[in-house]
Amino acid sequence: MTSPVQTEGDRTSAVPDAAGPKDGSQEAKTPAGLSPGQLMWRRFRRDRTGVVSAFVVLFFFLVALAAPLIKMVYGKDPYTLYGQDSLDLLDEFNMPTGTFGGMSPDHWFGIEPNLGRDVFMQLVYGMRTSIYTALAATVLMVLVGVVIGLVGGYYGGKVDYWLGRLTDFLLGFPSQLFFIASMPVVVAAFVRPDEETPTALRAAAIIVVLSTLGWMGLSRLIRAATLSLREREFVEAAKIAGASPWRIIRKELLPNLVTPILVQATLLLPSTILSVAFLSFVGVGFVEPTPDWGRMFATGASIYEQDPAYMVFPGVAMVIFVVAFNLLGDSVRDAFDPKSGR
Amino acid sequence: MLQFLIRRTFGAILTLFLISAVTFFMFFAIPQDPALLACGKNCTPDALAVIHQNLGLDKPVPVQFWNFLVGIFAGRDFAVGHCSAPCFGVSFSNQQNVWDTIVDRFPLTLSLSVGGLIVFLIVGLGAGLIAAKNKGTAIDKVFSSASLVLTSMQIYFLGPVVLGLFVYSTGWLDKPSWVPIGESVSGWFMGLLIPWLVMSVIFTANYTRMSRSTMIEQLQEEHVRAARAKGMSSRYVFFRYAWRGSLIPIVTILGMDLGALFGGAMVTEITFGLPGIGRLARDSVIDKDLPLTMGVMIVSAAFILLFNLIVDAMYAVIDPRVRLS
Repeated sequence: MTSPVQTEGDRTSAVPDAAGPKDGSQEAKTPAGLSPGQLMWRRFRRDRTGVVSAFVVLFFFLVALAAPLIKMVYGKDPYTLYGQDSLDLLDEFNMPTGTFGGMSPDHWFGIEPNLGRDVFMQLVYGMRTSIYTALAATVLMVLVGVVIGLVGGYYGGKVDYWLGRLTDFLLGFPSQLFFIASMPVVVAAFVRPDEETPTALRAAAIIVVLSTLGWMGLSRLIRAATLSLREREFVEAAKIAGASPWRIIRKELLPNLVTPILVQATLLLPSTILSVAFLSFVGVGFVEPTPDWGRMFATGASIYEQDPAYMVFPGVAMVIFVVAFNLLGDSVRDAFDPKSGR
Repeated sequence: MLQFLIRRTFGAILTLFLISAVTFFMFFAIPQDPALLACGKNCTPDALAVIHQNLGLDKPVPVQFWNFLVGIFAGRDFAVGHCSAPCFGVSFSNQQNVWDTIVDRFPLTLSLSVGGLIVFLIVGLGAGLIAAKNKGTAIDKVFSSASLVLTSMQIYFLGPVVLGLFVYSTGWLDKPSWVPIGESVSGWFMGLLIPWLVMSVIFTANYTRMSRSTMIEQLQEEHVRAARAKGMSSRYVFFRYAWRGSLIPIVTILGMDLGALFGGAMVTEITFGLPGIGRLARDSVIDKDLPLTMGVMIVSAAFILLFNLIVDAMYAVIDPRVRLS
């Protein structure tokens, strides 16, 4: 299957030098063949849908990353109540005066009803909040999932049995309900009810709550893959050569698990972003004044009858983002494993 | 078959017990006084004392949990009065019986979930079958790309858009509202029509994709070809052979989606302002009404597990191999 990585594994275990160079130096191998990574990259580049959606996703990440820069160029920020400062932006019902949600050269995406903040900045910073939180949560999920899957799959026996039961149990949990029910509890564990919750703590709570119930799918997959890898000759060879379990996991198993981990991570991230948005929409995620993508929908839904334009930008942005991410996930999977086919 | 069901029921009860225990300990064993959490910002010592008394918080947590469990089966006596058989305690915010509140809100969520489920199964599987039958044609392509865009839709975005198009600007459909089915069947139906359609959209696409691909796979199987070679009508082969085989993976996905179905119902209720269990859960969390949150959590988990059990039974009916494993 993934022979070049395998040969690397065999080679490194045959010559046990613990302080070897940093792994991932794939060009140092058989000059004629291509590594699975190179093959994957080649297949991926040929998939036009995949490349386009990768650029779209990248664009969203760049916007999130460069939000302070965009703010500088654009000259507005997500907190100032522009509608309160200048009286002609909002009418007597606190709705934007201009056409289509008050769009103007000054406020590209219009003005938020009631508070009168800039919608464009709200969206850019809101995406930043959601994407950062979701990234951290996804990394945590992947870490936990990989560790538990590897440990269960590699050690087997009682350890595997109990980790498997834990996984099953958590899979049976009504997750969305658990998310909202546990948010205040996790926050309350650190902050007294009469105090203001710092945004960083809220983000940490969201990350912890989401990743508690987010790792099981990945861990099951990793466990199954580890089980089959464990029996392979190169692992046995490493064992006979006297490699420690830690070394075998790191040098023999992990390089062969990169594919499923990457594929799962690209599938996990968009759903995590939606979960973050869900929490904020429901009202237990990020609170004012932190700008957040999901909360824009809550605001939008409450004033939709009067100002439908407000919801268009966050909504369309989210649909494009999720479509692109889903297509990207499919393409990455196809590139890694051409047999799976759509 | 019976043995299989008994085993699954036992597993479900165990899971339910564990869920209750985890939630209970999570809520009542955190470093802070749960009563303080409920008491809020304007807490007086008197109010705190009342909550303490109501909850029996002076006892150790395992004893509290035991009392809570006993209360569910045998009822409990609180300072504010007796709370009969399925007793989940008394709400912090309005002193009402939690069970009564849940029973009151439950029909809406059940109507919403079951209706949404029926809509997305019919539409999703139907579209998938049509796409599979016309594989490679324009119909197939339209269905497949539509399903891709629709999976990426969110209830909280689609809901207001549909409201704007069909209610506010054209007036073709009724504004979503809750009319008990006992009062008026047509009112019930029209009030829930938009929520059903919007809620089912996010699920539909998944089932279209799934049923299309498994159906195409099944149609290439040997036994399907053999049946066709024997001269059976293609309709019979399509439904009795290929369709039945493709149901197995679909039922598996369905089993996993039931929890999400509840989550979907919750978002739908909040989006359209319908007073169901999902909104109750949200409101109770925001009000820090712990007994209510606990009650909603356990009752919903019980229902999700019950639905799972039904799916498992269906699974065993469709695929005889499952019963043996």
